[in-house]
Amino acid sequence: MKQRFKRWIQSGSPWIWFNAGAVAISVVMVVGLLMLLAVRGMVHFWPSDVVRASYTVPTASGEQQTVRVMGEIVDTETIPASQIIASGIPVEERTSGYQRTLMKLGNRDLTGADFRWVLNDFIHDMDSPAHAVVLERFEWGNFYGFLTGIQEAGEAVLSTAGGSDDEALWEGFNLRLERALQLHEQIATLEKDEIGRINYQVERLRLAGRRLELSGDDTPAAMADLEQQRDVLNREYDAMQAQLVELYNQVNRDTANFETVDGQQTGISLADVVRAYRPNAVGLFSKLGIYFSKLWEFLSQEPREANTEGGIYPAIFGTVMMVMLMSIFVTPFGVVAAVYLREYAKQGVLTRTIRIAVNNLAGVPSIVYGVFGLGFFIYFVGAEIDQVFYPEALPAPTFGTPGLLWASLTLALLTVPVVIVATEEGLARIPRSVREGSLALGATKFETLWRVVLPMASPAMMTGLILAVARAAGEVAPLMLVGVVKLAPSLPLDGNYPYLHLDQKFMHLGFHIYDVGFQSPNVEAARPLVYATALLLVAVIAILNLSAVAIRNRLRERYKSLDM
Amino acid sequence: MSGQGEARNVDVSQVLRKSTGDSADSLEECLAVRDLDLYYGDKQALKGINLSIPRQRVTAFIGPSGCGKSTLLRCFNRMNDLVDGCVIDGTIALHDMDIYQKSVDVADLRRRVGMVFQKPNPFPKSIYENVAYGLRIQGVNKRRILDEVVEKSLRAAALWDEVKDRLHDSALGLSGGQQQRLVIARTVAVEPEVLLLDEPASALDPISTLKIEELINQLKTNYTIVIVTHNMQQAARVSDFTAFMYLGNMVEYDKTDNIFTNPAEKQTEDYITGRYG
Repeated sequence: MKQRFKRWIQSGSPWIWFNAGAVAISVVMVVGLLMLLAVRGMVHFWPSDVVRASYTVPTASGEQQTVRVMGEIVDTETIPASQIIASGIPVEERTSGYQRTLMKLGNRDLTGADFRWVLNDFIHDMDSPAHAVVLERFEWGNFYGFLTGIQEAGEAVLSTAGGSDDEALWEGFNLRLERALQLHEQIATLEKDEIGRINYQVERLRLAGRRLELSGDDTPAAMADLEQQRDVLNREYDAMQAQLVELYNQVNRDTANFETVDGQQTGISLADVVRAYRPNAVGLFSKLGIYFSKLWEFLSQEPREANTEGGIYPAIFGTVMMVMLMSIFVTPFGVVAAVYLREYAKQGVLTRTIRIAVNNLAGVPSIVYGVFGLGFFIYFVGAEIDQVFYPEALPAPTFGTPGLLWASLTLALLTVPVVIVATEEGLARIPRSVREGSLALGATKFETLWRVVLPMASPAMMTGLILAVARAAGEVAPLMLVGVVKLAPSLPLDGNYPYLHLDQKFMHLGFHIYDVGFQSPNVEAARPLVYATALLLVAVIAILNLSAVAIRNRLRERYKSLDM
Repeated sequence: MSGQGEARNVDVSQVLRKSTGDSADSLEECLAVRDLDLYYGDKQALKGINLSIPRQRVTAFIGPSGCGKSTLLRCFNRMNDLVDGCVIDGTIALHDMDIYQKSVDVADLRRRVGMVFQKPNPFPKSIYENVAYGLRIQGVNKRRILDEVVEKSLRAAALWDEVKDRLHDSALGLSGGQQQRLVIARTVAVEPEVLLLDEPASALDPISTLKIEELINQLKTNYTIVIVTHNMQQAARVSDFTAFMYLGNMVEYDKTDNIFTNPAEKQTEDYITGRYG
């Protein structure tokens, strides 16, 4: 027996099992993480059934109060009886505890809170009314209720009281909603693009005037010219403003009348509605349609309601933009440094020290880089740039304030050691014979580097970049100091010259997770978004990385190393 | 006869005169090595080498591993400059120019003295770009000239017929023998005066080796060729002159026929008859 055990040890199979076990655990952890994020995050967009119920809670005084509730079931859990008794509801002690359900009731404008825990024991008369309507609104969150009528410009056109049936009413409502949404889009384009452009130009004119004043060139002719340009813009603006007012009148034309589950009547302007659906009345395919439309909204729209609703497009955009800028800064810088260290510098104590220092830089906590970025880039370099190039805007800072440029530069600094190390290793791997082949043809060292060595080392540079991207895209702490904000009103890339606004602040998925998860006033509404955003952050990093890997593989194929 | 390891002077001019007999005047000296010592740090790798390499002939260096034959070869295009701690004493003249003078442009020298290495080392570029590399370095980018030179060089290296249909494929897809001929074509493309071949066939199969040897025979009408080889049969087949080196010394230098049939030194005889090395 002992002999056999010994032989088993010697055969190496325990070692193989050990290794395989480690791999299996890693795979399980990664898959588990992604599954958790996917399930918790993606379920949020499913249009689940709306339930209606009566809820009768016993009170200490003995009298029973019944409320009618309607909404979506979000979560169920078991709590001990003592906790319920402590909250003032007299229930019997029992060891199994009580089940309670978290319902999303919406209607925050009417009731004040849109989530409510109800005890399952006191729920009765539960059903799913087919004509229950869910409204997603631009403000106040969801609304749950029943459609009772539609008013056009204050006059009732359709109503249940007037004899219209539910289907006709719903159809009329959807037609009008579509019109309202189209108008809404026009308004958004007008406000953001057109008026935004004019405002931007007006601001530039103001700065131009200020610049002339500062330099003493404010001749009456020049000022008159500016004034004339401003007049043109103002006239344009007035025209648009009039157009906007007209559009607002149009979009506010229709109002829908609703009745909540407890009988309250309310009118909701169609201008406030993002999406309306009747989850209990539609089949699986329609639900899938609604699901993907909500998912698309999440990916392509701006956030609403303190980031707890709407989409996270600006955060995706900001993250990708920042990582790309970082790559543009870090790659040439790291490669040039590595080439000098490996190819030109005399190898000795000094280069070894520099190499160790570079490697150690990779271990400095990222928040330290944030502090450095704030102190050096923003307060020193940025302030100097403002003094020299943007005196007309002072005291409002242009670059002397956190922004996209400084965030990218800070992260480039954070990741440059990785690029240097990877590139150096790549350069060291180029066979000596290839370099000699080039030199023997009369090429200088520089020509050899430029034409042969660097192209062959490019896959290693890409490896460095991949590692840099992976690290940079996941960083949040330093960004909070150098450019990320909770809500950025506009993207750093737009149609206004110079198109890429490096001085703007931006949104970032990592920070968005933190903000939604921990800074949000509406915890219940925010939680699924935290998971969804986290999943998306992982996906964005994976996509960035995979594209870099794809480029690297193409380069590898092209410059595959000689077998020497 | 002095003992092993001691520097020995081989009277170069006499060798050439003696070996060529009546046609002495037709031989022109291309490379002249005078009292060359070479040190790697403390270690002396070449000891008082004197040698004269004739123009448009094939000269072979033979000798056991570590005898300094490759080191000597790499002196001719200053490849040893790349080795840290390599110190050279003495002179090497290419025609009348001392190649170790400060004023010499190394890149220019290497253009005149081309080199082919032991293992084929094509660049990870297309076949065409490999051959055009040397010209592009010199700033030649005219398509017409490049096309012409690429074809001429590939023909000179007896590779044209095999690759003419895939000039723009990667050179790494060629076989070892083809790669080595490509490297020769690449070297020939810049029209050097001297071709240094450092064991050009040692990594190749016998058929490729044969092709390379035929190529050497063709090339010698236009180039001065110096070849280092481990293979004595190869030296006997391709070369006109042979130098036998041992432990950094030039033991014997003579016409190839003489070295292999009637060596003057005992060490040479021992080596070529296989008693050591």
